[in-house]
Order: sequence, then C-alpha cells, then structure tokens
Amino acid sequence: MLNYSLNELSGLLKSRKISSVELTQSYLKRIDSLNPKINAYITVNPEASLKQAAEADIRLARGQIQPLTGIPIAQKDIFCAKGWKTTCGSKMLSNFVAPYDAHIIECFNNVGAIMLGRTNMDEFAMGSSNETSFFGPVHNPWDLNAVPGGSSGGSAAAVAARMAPAATGTDTGGSIRQPAALCGITGIKPTYGLVSRYGLVAYASSLDQAGPMGRTAEDCAILLNTMAGFDPRDSTSINHPSEDYVQSLSAPLQGLKIGLPKEYFTAGLSAEIAQSIEIACEVLRREGAEIREISLPNSPVAIPAYYVLASAEASSNLERYDGVRYGYRAKGYKDLVDMYKKTRAQGFGPEVKRRIMIGTYVLSAGYYDAYYIKAQKLRRLIANDFSNAFDKVDVILGPTSPQPAFNLGERSNDPVSMYLSDIYTIAVNLAGLPGLSLPAGFSGNGRPIGMQLIGNYFDEARLLNIAHRYQQVTDWHQREPSL
Amino acid sequence: MSLTSNDVHKIAHLARIAVNNSPDDTEQDEISTWLAQLNNILSLIEQMQATETNDVEPMAHAHNLKLRLREDCITETDHREEFQAIAPEVEAGLYLVPKVIE
Amino acid sequence: MEWEVVIGLEVHAQLATRSKIFSGAPTAYGAAPNTQACAIDIALPGVLPVMNREAVNFALRFGLAIGANINRKSIFARKNYFYPDLPKGYQISQYELPIVSEGRLIIETPQGEKNIRITRAHLEEDAGKSLHEDFHSKSGIDLNRAGTPLLEIVSEPDIRSSEEAVIYAKTLHSLVRYLEICDGNMQEGSFRCDANVSVRPKGQKEYGTRCEIKNLNSFRFLERAIDYEVHRQIEVIGSGGKIIQETKLYDSDRDETRSMRSKEEANDYRYFPDPDLLPLIIDESWIEEVSKKLPELPYAKRQRYIHSLGLTPYDASVLTSSKSLANWFEASLKALGEEMGDAKLCANWIMGEISGRLNRDNLDISKCPVDSKDLAQLLRRIKDGTISGNIAKEVFEAMWSGEGEADEIIKRKGLKQISDNNEIEKIIDGILAGNDDQIAQYRAGKERVLGFFVGQVMKATQGRANPAQVNEILRRKMGRPD
Repeated sequence: MLNYSLNELSGLLKSRKISSVELTQSYLKRIDSLNPKINAYITVNPEASLKQAAEADIRLARGQIQPLTGIPIAQKDIFCAKGWKTTCGSKMLSNFVAPYDAHIIECFNNVGAIMLGRTNMDEFAMGSSNETSFFGPVHNPWDLNAVPGGSSGGSAAAVAARMAPAATGTDTGGSIRQPAALCGITGIKPTYGLVSRYGLVAYASSLDQAGPMGRTAEDCAILLNTMAGFDPRDSTSINHPSEDYVQSLSAPLQGLKIGLPKEYFTAGLSAEIAQSIEIACEVLRREGAEIREISLPNSPVAIPAYYVLASAEASSNLERYDGVRYGYRAKGYKDLVDMYKKTRAQGFGPEVKRRIMIGTYVLSAGYYDAYYIKAQKLRRLIANDFSNAFDKVDVILGPTSPQPAFNLGERSNDPVSMYLSDIYTIAVNLAGLPGLSLPAGFSGNGRPIGMQLIGNYFDEARLLNIAHRYQQVTDWHQREPSL
Repeated sequence: MSLTSNDVHKIAHLARIAVNNSPDDTEQDEISTWLAQLNNILSLIEQMQATETNDVEPMAHAHNLKLRLREDCITETDHREEFQAIAPEVEAGLYLVPKVIE
Repeated sequence: MEWEVVIGLEVHAQLATRSKIFSGAPTAYGAAPNTQACAIDIALPGVLPVMNREAVNFALRFGLAIGANINRKSIFARKNYFYPDLPKGYQISQYELPIVSEGRLIIETPQGEKNIRITRAHLEEDAGKSLHEDFHSKSGIDLNRAGTPLLEIVSEPDIRSSEEAVIYAKTLHSLVRYLEICDGNMQEGSFRCDANVSVRPKGQKEYGTRCEIKNLNSFRFLERAIDYEVHRQIEVIGSGGKIIQETKLYDSDRDETRSMRSKEEANDYRYFPDPDLLPLIIDESWIEEVSKKLPELPYAKRQRYIHSLGLTPYDASVLTSSKSLANWFEASLKALGEEMGDAKLCANWIMGEISGRLNRDNLDISKCPVDSKDLAQLLRRIKDGTISGNIAKEVFEAMWSGEGEADEIIKRKGLKQISDNNEIEKIIDGILAGNDDQIAQYRAGKERVLGFFVGQVMKATQGRANPAQVNEILRRKMGRPD
C-alpha cells in the first residue's frame, strides 16, 4: 500500500477497500519505525491525524469524495496550522502553536485530506542540506550519511522513504526542487503568485512559493489542483483562471521545443548528471520533442543577486521575532535591548543569523544602491534572459543540482560552497517562473539524480505533462530506497 | 569591500543580535568567525559588480501588476485570549516587556 | 542680534476608516487592550498586509484639496526598527514615492494670507502604545492602535513663528475635518504634530541646525513647545554653544523640551520596497471621481463669504472654521431668505448669542438646542418689526431653554412689538405730561433728554414699543425749534 499513487489510494478509499483511518495508521506506523533514522518529521500527532481521518471516513461514506479526501499528506513545518506546533525548524518558534491556518492548510482541510505530520526543514527555510534545522538534520533515505537537500528536506525524505504518500514544500531558491532531486522524487515550484503565501512563514517574500512534492508528476498535479488558486489575503496572489493539471498530463510531446542552456553544462556540473540528462534528452526526442541549445547569459550572477535580495527581505521579515508576543524569549536580560539581542542570538541558528546580518548590511545607509538596487537590476536581466529564451523554445531542461547528494557535514562549515548547491534553481525564483524537478537516474554510489524543467509563467500544466510522459517511459521515479 | 569588526558590531546591533552569546566563545573569537564568514559571503556578492546594469530598471516583483485594494470592512473579531495564550509575558491584556524608555 | 525662527511641521492625521490600513480589524478608539489587534496587527508568522481602498481614497481627497500632485504610482516601503509597539519590527510607510507631493495650504495670519508649501503626504500605519504605569517596572504593550491608517503631512520649513505654526496646524485640522478624512480628535491622538524647529540670524541664508519635537497633541502645547525650544536655541547659540540635531519630547507639566533617550543613537531605518505589496497605481478616473465629490473647501468658502455675502474677513474666518458651523450658518441663511443684510444678521447671532451659549455649555454646533430654521424664524421677526433686537434676545433665551419656537414664545409672552402710532402716541403723551422742565431742556439742546424719555416709554411698554417710532414721535412732540 505504501507504494500506491494518490490516484490508486483514492480509488481504494472510494471503493471502501481501505478506510482513511487504516491508511493513516499505516503511515503513522511507518513514521514511528523510520523517523528515528531519518528525522523527516518534527511533529506527529497521531490523535489529531486519526481524528481527521475518522471525519474523512464519514465524508467518504457519504460519497463526498474529492481526489485527496482521506489521504494523509505531510506538511512542511513552515505552514501555520491551527493547534499544531509550527516551528519553521527554529528554536525561536519551537514552542509556537499556530492560532490560525495557512491558506494551503485550509485548502487541504477543505477537501478532507489528513495532516500526517510536520516535516523537518532548514531553519526558516534557509539552507540546502537540512542541516540548519534546530531539530537536527534529516538523513537521505538513499544513504543515511547523505543530506536530503533543503530546505524542504524533511518532505523530500518522507516521500522518498514512503513515510508519506505526498508532501508540501516551499521554494525560495530551490527548496522544493533541490531536495526532490537529491531524494529521487518529483517536486514543482509553481509560478510566483499561483499558490497563496498566506500563513507561510516568510523567508523572502518576493521569492517564496509553496508547491507539491510527490513521487510522480501525476501526484504533484493532484496536489497542485488543491493548492493553486487566488487568495485575497495575499496581495501578491494572482487571479489566474483555474486549471486542471491532471487533465493535460498525457498530452503528446510532438513538436515540443526544449532548450538546454549552455551555461548549465559547464565544469561545475558532475559528469554523471550531465550524462543522465543527455540520456533523458534521447527519451524526450523519442517522445517527439526537439532539443536545441539556448543561452541564459546572466546565469552567473543569479547566486550573488539572490543572496542580496533574499537576505535583505529575510532580515526584515525576521524582525518580528523579538520575544514579545510569541515564540522564544531569552532569560536573564538587563533591559529591553538586551532582551531583544539575547532572544535573537539564542533563538536563531548561525545560518539564519548570517543571512540577517548580510541583509541588514546590504540595506544599510550608503550600501543600498550598490547592493540592493544592483541586485534588483540583475534580477531584471535574469528575467529577460528567460523571456528571450521562451521566444525560441517552449521549456528549458537542465540539471537541478550540480552534484548528487553530498555527505552530512561536508559543506556545513562553508556557507559559500553550500550556496552554490542552488546554482541552477535560484534564477527561476528571481524570475518568478515555474520549475519542476524529476528523477533522471542514479550516481555510481547509488544517490539519485534529478533534472529540472523550467517553464514560462503559468506553464505548470506543460511541465507536469512533460514529466508525466517521461515517467511513463522511465522507472527512476519508481525506485525505492532500501531501509 | 570587506567588513571590519567594528562593522560587525554595528550590524549586529542594528539587527539586535548579541554577538557574544555562546558561553564557550570569547566575544573576540565570535567576532572573528563572523568576520571571516560574512566577508566570504560578501566576496561572493561582489561578483554582481562585474555585470553592467546602467539603464536597467530594478525589478522588485516577478509580475508587473498593480496593488489590489480591499473594501473598508471590519472582518476581524477579538482573539486576544488565543493570541496571548502563546505570549511570553502578559498582564491585564497587555504584552509585558522590560521598561520602555522614551 | 535679531533671530529668525524656521519651522516645518509633520502632522500625523489618523484616517477615519472603519478598518485598519492593512487588516480587517476595527479602528475604534478606547477598546480594551489588544482586543482590536488581529493576527496581522500583532504580526503573527505568515500573515500578510492587504491595503484598504478607503485610506487611499482619503489620501486622494487630501491631495486634491491642497492642489498637490497625485503620484500615479506610489510605493510602500518598510521602515525597519525595533520597538515593542511595532510588532513587525518595521513600519509600512511610503518613502521614495509617496502618494501625494508638492501641495500648498493658504493660511490666514494677522499680517495677511500666507502660502505654506506641503512637501508630501504619505500613507503609513500607526504603531501600538506602550503603557508605563503599574507593571512593576515593566511596560505594557497595547496593539489596538497598531495598523490604524495615518496620513503623514510634511510641510516645507515655511513657518516663521509659533503663532504661524498654530495657525497652520489649525487650518490643516479644519481641512481634514472638512474633507471628513480625520475626526481631528487631538486628545485621542487622531491629529498629532511634530515640529522641526531651528533659528538663524536674520538675513542668513542657510538654515540653522534643527531639533524635532515629537507628539504635540494640542495647539497650546505646539505653541509652548516651539516657544520654549526657540528660546533655548537662542540662548545656547548666544552663549557660544552649538545646537545638536536631536529628537525631543515636550513635557507639558514642566513646560520644557527634553531629549528622547530612545532616539539618541542615529537610526538607520534600512528602507526598502515592501515585497508583500505591489505598486499602488491611481488611474485618472479615480482622481476624477474624487475631485467631483470634493466639498467646498474652507478657503474658497471664506472667499465666498467675504465677496458674495459681504461678511468681514474675521466673521468669514470664524464661520468657516469648521464645516458643521459653516453648514449651520448656511442653513439658517437659506431659511431666512438670503436677502441683503441677512448674512450679517445671521453671522452676528451665530457668533454672538449662539457661540456664547455653546461655549458656556461646552457644546458643539451639532448639539445646538436651537436649530437653524428656528433661528431664521426669530430673525425674520426682527426684520419684519414684530420684535426688537433686545426682545429677540429674550425670546432666544426661551428658545434655548426649550420653550418652543420664536412665534409661539412671542405670542405666549405677549412680546409683539407695539407699532401702532396712536397707541405709542397715547403712552408718550402720558409721560410727557408734567415733565415740562425736561422738555424745555431738550428744546434748549440737551439731546440726552431724548434718551431719558425713550427709556420711560420702554419701561412703560416692557420694551415692546418700536424704538424707531418712539424716537420719531418723541422728537415730533417735543418739537425742538430748529
């Protein structure tokens, strides 16, 4: 049962072959046995989950069935959910029980999906390995010595380890796609504004976007159908006509023009990944696609521009954590300023503090133009690169990450080398485009390889369609780690 | 462009982060760690300067859209009890903090 | 040395919206602490701001009323600083691109009209309040006010005295109330002034170093704080010292300004565009719609009162000082008939009898127990000679006490003027008889004897005799030889 797709699970629930309570219990059991090894979840609350499952069973019995009714979903611990601890991987929020539901939590609740638990993540979504979590690192199910990627590492590991049928993530610079690649699953970061940010604990507001993580493109499409949609509570939410991402999954790829950015296939990319993508291109050609080279000339400045913009926004977004209204407050302070400083020094981990410090610096008087405005201009150039590319091709294909999963501890003392893990994913966030990562092979030492499809604005259906067709003729996504 | 330890102190103060918090570290050690890491990141950031950006319009948002406005309606009710149940220190409906000096 | 005072004012006017600028929580004053602070106002993780249309509408109304530029695109920015009454750690404000820029306000000074330039007016959110009393040396934070919309109105340093500052502030106060965008309640903090004050030797071109005095919540404090600060600065410079640019608070108990400790260190607010909010775009049709609905503004009204109604500039200023007073005046004038001289008559009554009583009973014109139509009826009886001006005051007192309308009171109390020549002559004959001495004196040129007889006639008629007729008949009867 743990290997069934969402569609299959829904069929079993609909035909009453299994109940939601049974399904949820079996996942809770799996979590119970594997979480000590993998640490994918920060919080599980069997009582609350099973109560929801029992309610879902009533809905199912009444025939009120939507595609996710009764199906347990793992939620990244970044979405506020009423009555659930919402820690964002931080000591600062380690005691924070959210008093309200995020938009996407409402979406899942409305269709009768079950909150299976809260997945581990890099602190405040800042990290590419899940090692910055206050609740300890997540271990890659394919190799427990390897990182799962980040920041949505808990969600990726949970799905890969069959500790959840599917999960949610957020992606500010690659945080859905990079862990999806490193854990051998499928994940899509939608167009900025397609999924509401209301209730998503902010890291970098102009880049943050929530999206689905599943084993297949089809599972992601089912999740995205539930998550996407206009929300007036988010001023950057877009009133885009609603689409059925499942319906178009099987469309043929005849005549599809795919571009390979030459800047993505340079010395920094592992040869194994380059080779996997080459093979994938062959597969896609057989499906009827045309492959050609394109150029995204401003790719090299994406990382520096991102670390200016994201850090600047983060430094401001995280000012609310001051120990006054909720969350951690330090003990033993001599006055107000001391309370702030100790609370924030003790409540935030080193990576979060580094980004706050960088963000504070680049916004400070005298440096704003040289850093912040400069980065915003580069952001424009990067977006223009994509727009020029989409004049020539329908989608862009490339690696998700320059290497397969690295070892735990390998980069955690070198922030800059860690930042380079996101070299292929960051530009997509700067432009606000949709990007999807899907399994495309394995390295010699058995770690998954992912590839990335980048689409034009609101082209999620096409990305999912290509990924689905690819998954019909390959089996990388069906491989299972031995645990 | 690299930071001095004085800069680090200033930035940490603006960000309200104590820089000598870890009991094992002397303040100087912590500052030198900060300096090395932040300067490292800043040298990565410096790579931006290699690209010419005259006449480029800064981009703040992914989409070129205008602000949506809401009608002036009261939609929120009192949730003080729930909100203050998770607060570090409250009294008489107020959040308490060390004395504010104006 | 002769000194010139240079003042610029920053006024924070709370906009009279029902809900907050970025949330749907109510803005009403005086609720129990933190009961009007919703998830957005207390900055829970994950919440987002959504802009209130009415606040923009109010800013447009103000911008058009001061003849300013309405910026078709304006940007919300974050002003970052830590303070317990600022839940997000930043205030959403407008920085580089405000919604309103380059307007002007004409003020009426004793030396004549003066133009005060308004640099900008921008939208922003208010902070909460820190309460310092009774919490065992801690401060209590109430966030009910957090997120209340503010229009910050910044003047150029065009003001040259504390008196002018007060006139400017009062003119602005009156304008925002005319526009119905701010209730103007200064005790509740709906209209707060910060004053930037500097002095320079007369004739010097460069400005002196300025000090900013924060949160002046009455016109009197504004005047006194500026006076104190000007005095202090002149003294410092006079004794060879230098003014340090700083932020000060006015202590009304001690009548002095003192430095704000919290503002001592130079702030670096790290403004940047708020990524949660897109550019605010105002289209032409919105501007047109607001401008069509703009009421007649105090300045234009005042000009009309002077030039079309023939009122003195002073009367016009008093009557236009608030919209409700002007409306009251215009309603009574309309009921009276708008003939020549009616405006002056109405004005005199409103500014005399009515204002006097309103002040005595501490009432606003909107609570006036006599309505404008009733006043008009009373004044009509003066005009048509039914009663004299003096009797009218007696009738009015009865109206104020709720005894009914003018005609009713005149009838009930028998106050109708005696205008019958025969009747008056009869009374006069009775009085003149036996007063030959006085008549002789009058004839010899003693004019004040006339006054004596008028008094006697009025006494005999309880003031009801038509004074003009009494005069005329007396003169005729005593027949002074020319």
